[in-house]
Amino acid sequence: MDKLLSLKKIVKHFTGTLALSEVDFDLRRGEIHALVGENGAGKSTLIKIITGIYQPDSGQMLVEGENAIFPDARASYDHGIAAIYQEASLFEDLSIAENIYMGHQEIRPLTRNIKWKALYNKAQDLIKSLEVNLNPRALVKSLSIAEKQLVEIIKALSANAKILIMDEPTASLTKEEIDYLFRIARKLRAEGTGIIFISHRLEEVFDIADRVTVIRDGKKVGTLSKEQLEVDELVRMMVGKNLKTLYPKEDVKIGEPLLRVENLSRAGEFNNVSFELKRGEILGMAGLVGAGRTEVARTIFGVAAPESGKVYLEGKEIAIENSGRAMELGIAYLSESRGEYGLVLQMDITQNITIPILRRFARFGWINRVEERDTAKRFFDLLDIRATGLEQKVESLSGGNQQKVSIAKWLAMNAKILILDEPTKGIDIATKAAVHKLMSDLAGEGKAILMISSEIPEIIGMSDRIIVMNEGRLVSEIKRGEATQEKVLTAALGEKGK
Amino acid sequence: MNNERYRGTLKNLIRRREFGIFIIIIVVMVLVGLRNPTFFTSDNWKDMLMYVSILAFISIGQMMTIVTGGIDLSVGSVVALSGMSVGIIMRDNPALPPLVLILLGTIFGLGCGIINGLLIGKGKVHPLITTLATMSIYRGLVVVVSRSRWVVYGDITKGFRLIARGNILGINNLMFVAIIIAGASYYFLNHTRKGREIFAYGDHQDAAKFVGINSTRINILVYALSGMLAGFGGVLWVSRVHTAQANTALGYEMQTIASCVIGGVSIFGGVGSVFGVLLGTLLFGIILNALELIGIVDFWKLSVQGFVILVAVIFDAVLSHRVAEQMRKQRRVFDAE
Amino acid sequence: MRSEKEKSRGSSLSDMLKSWEFTIFALLIAVFILNLILSPDLFRIANLFDATLTFTEKSILTLPMTLLIISGVIDISIASISAMSGVILGVCYKAGMAIGYAVVIGLAVGLAAGILNGLIITRLKIPSIVVTLAMMLFYRGIGYVLLGDTAVRDLPERFGLLGGAYSVTSIPIQFMIFIILAVIFGLVLHRTRFGRLIYIVGNNENTARYSGIPVDNIRLILCGVTGLIAGLSGVLLTSRIGSARPDIALGNEMAVITICLLGGVYIFGGKGSIIGVVIAALMIGYVRYGLSILNVQEQVIRIFTGGLLIIALLIPTIAARLKTSARYPEGGV
Repeated sequence: MDKLLSLKKIVKHFTGTLALSEVDFDLRRGEIHALVGENGAGKSTLIKIITGIYQPDSGQMLVEGENAIFPDARASYDHGIAAIYQEASLFEDLSIAENIYMGHQEIRPLTRNIKWKALYNKAQDLIKSLEVNLNPRALVKSLSIAEKQLVEIIKALSANAKILIMDEPTASLTKEEIDYLFRIARKLRAEGTGIIFISHRLEEVFDIADRVTVIRDGKKVGTLSKEQLEVDELVRMMVGKNLKTLYPKEDVKIGEPLLRVENLSRAGEFNNVSFELKRGEILGMAGLVGAGRTEVARTIFGVAAPESGKVYLEGKEIAIENSGRAMELGIAYLSESRGEYGLVLQMDITQNITIPILRRFARFGWINRVEERDTAKRFFDLLDIRATGLEQKVESLSGGNQQKVSIAKWLAMNAKILILDEPTKGIDIATKAAVHKLMSDLAGEGKAILMISSEIPEIIGMSDRIIVMNEGRLVSEIKRGEATQEKVLTAALGEKGK
Repeated sequence: MNNERYRGTLKNLIRRREFGIFIIIIVVMVLVGLRNPTFFTSDNWKDMLMYVSILAFISIGQMMTIVTGGIDLSVGSVVALSGMSVGIIMRDNPALPPLVLILLGTIFGLGCGIINGLLIGKGKVHPLITTLATMSIYRGLVVVVSRSRWVVYGDITKGFRLIARGNILGINNLMFVAIIIAGASYYFLNHTRKGREIFAYGDHQDAAKFVGINSTRINILVYALSGMLAGFGGVLWVSRVHTAQANTALGYEMQTIASCVIGGVSIFGGVGSVFGVLLGTLLFGIILNALELIGIVDFWKLSVQGFVILVAVIFDAVLSHRVAEQMRKQRRVFDAE
Repeated sequence: MRSEKEKSRGSSLSDMLKSWEFTIFALLIAVFILNLILSPDLFRIANLFDATLTFTEKSILTLPMTLLIISGVIDISIASISAMSGVILGVCYKAGMAIGYAVVIGLAVGLAAGILNGLIITRLKIPSIVVTLAMMLFYRGIGYVLLGDTAVRDLPERFGLLGGAYSVTSIPIQFMIFIILAVIFGLVLHRTRFGRLIYIVGNNENTARYSGIPVDNIRLILCGVTGLIAGLSGVLLTSRIGSARPDIALGNEMAVITICLLGGVYIFGGKGSIIGVVIAALMIGYVRYGLSILNVQEQVIRIFTGGLLIIALLIPTIAARLKTSARYPEGGV
């Protein structure tokens, strides 16, 4: 029996939502099995059940033939399941070797002191077995993100992990680093480890996966083997909807340039970025995660300072010292991570929506609560936010509704330029469509929208023009009529575009 | 994969830190010596080293709490409480051998420390607030325990006085003790599992918990150790100054913190070395001594301490911001086009 | 539209706070009753207002501290600033300055100290705990450097009125200042845009920065105000004692933090209300007063305040444990 892991009819509820509905999944020995699906589709919930962070409401889970539902992450780890996430969970000020063996270093029986030589040697052996070049004495904080992930893998190896879960591991890696990582993954596969690989990047999935399982809206749509893999089929399984209704784009008269960015640079983030954004236009900014798009957006919005380059608004050069100034000039930025940068989770819907516009009903400082509530209600209704009321704390809303509150906040500001960073990340299909319609309407009103997205279908479906970033540089510009998935992907990956 | 460059820079940084303190010590010594040559007399050095010795091992205890991301503001009060309690016991039982008194003081300190540890580890109360509160409580207990009758010179037995004044192997007792404790601490923190777990916990609490490090136990351990060392120090303190009063060691915790901060212990936790703390303590002691000798009145002590801590902390902060900036810039290197 | 039950589900956090204020108020009543039982002669209604003189100087500091802690900053140098302001006031007066100007200088010194704290915290990005720990020593030290063992004793009588006198209705002037300030701070925190911004900054600094909110400037202003009120506190204390000395307000920072925490302010920021803090201030004030008329020594009183602080902080932990055991009465998850 070569099934390392087997999940049958897994069901998981959260208050108000059905996250997983009778999902089956299995992992064979010596296989790399990719798990794909849009954000919010249920992938991370499934992984959390496998690693024991959540427990299923019903269904069966077998690890090497034995029933196993883990009560916490530590239990799954002890049973040979290791997970690697984007943020490494390492001790920065300690060496690689110490990180691997913390808690179970070899000690001399009498004096109880640590056998340092043995520690470093064992670590070196593990490092060698992966055929990588790392110094076991190096402090983790001196390592790059890719190297830190390697250390996580080595940790997993030292714990004899049979099942390795890699959750979006390539997010911040360069192309060489990704190749490196894949080489190691293939090596592990050859040794019989089962790897669950989660990624948004379809090109990587094509590269490395033996099988691909697609999750959509909490259900398993299907599993394809390597031979059956094909882009259109995969996208159809992931999206499941007629692209037209998902991306309602009307023809809008595009006006003159509203925002112009010239040779914008920030060391270590992006270099010589120049583009224009016109009235009524939706400009899609594509690229792999980590290409530098959010960094560019942050700089335009004033949260980070440009080290060189200029920004022009309606033809005039402007200096944006902070986000307040950007907002005064009519620029809004919907951040990628709404919980961290967009919302105040502990406050209610009204208070969140009115953050940028408090001045309107706070003459001489005193807040007019009635006016505030009325304003908030307008947007609450406009965006059809599902909640028990305006007083509901945002932290208890679903992802889609949280995003709506976040959007409402910026709509209330009535900005001229909207920078939307992954606006439909982690929300359900219905809300996605609603957000896209909203974007279309806003463009129709003459607003200029810069949309950053990692979902290529979304980029192609919604943009009038597409600019692609790769490794901190703007590498390509593609017009709506000429855009294809391959063109965008190729540019995003860094190969010279057509 | 190129990590050689980073490792080199960081190793240099650490070396630079302790080396830097050493250099500053030399410079200060020279400056002070020029201003007042009595600085170099053996009497002056003996007094200063006796003071520094006690400060050193109590600072090592403080270091352990700071390394876990906490702090122990109650050490001054523990010194006073243990010193007073032992002083009273000695006064009422002059026949008791000094070693017993030392043991008692250490146990009192251990008790105070365990209480801190339980409140922080089990009660999950923030270390700063906890020890701020116990600082007051223990200090108040000094008055209660003594019924306002302080321990004075006449109460001190000969044997007790020798605790501080005596010599072992030719070195003053206090220095001897400090060296032993420093050595033991170094061994504990760098060569045992528990010691390494203390650093791991301070570095990244969640990752530590995941590897099975018990946060409650670690907290109880470090605060117990800190309290124990402070209790031990309390007995030695009273032996050295021949009195115990309500305001004994008032504000002493600040001196231990200053010594740690100068010595490179990071307030964020996870970083610190015994050797650094020793150097930091020495430098701090020299500064205090220097102030006296130059004729700067006692009253400047507080301001100077505050200033020193501030400078050290600002230095650390600016340094770490710079390093972070560097790393950001190195993340992606753009060739000139 | 929405049922009451659904509405209340959404505001659980404010519910908890309201119940905290209720608990504190109940405790205040308990303190009163206890005092009446233990010291029936001395604890008369007429004395209640007199008693406020012993704790108003501390209590006014809790007001800006509440705003400061909610915004995510802590300042433990406030007592030292108070002392420094008092000392500088005395020194100026002794040097020949009119008392009125000396008071203004004292206040200005407090304001400057607060702003200095704020600049180091916000511009150099150093944790406020460490900065104010260092400044606590530094400012107190300045007081000692200027006056050492001595004190400035011959302050004019008019000055003493500020701290010690009563207004028309036999309520001490100090206390009236406290009430007025409490109302002002309360309105600012709970009803103005600035107050709302304070809550946002304390709850999620990142969101605040990404929403055009000047986080650093807000904290700087609050630090400055805290310093100013600390200066005021020092001036009032000096006025009431009748002489300027460097060892006043010892331990006040702990009392102030205790009161804030007891009043429901969350140490990590984002939560708290002025009402809770005012009630807690009265409660602590009367506890200390009650103890002092029972002739309990100052240091011993500190044992009580320390103990109260710990109990206040243990309550969330205990509450959480009760909650889990209630949900899972069999034990275990």
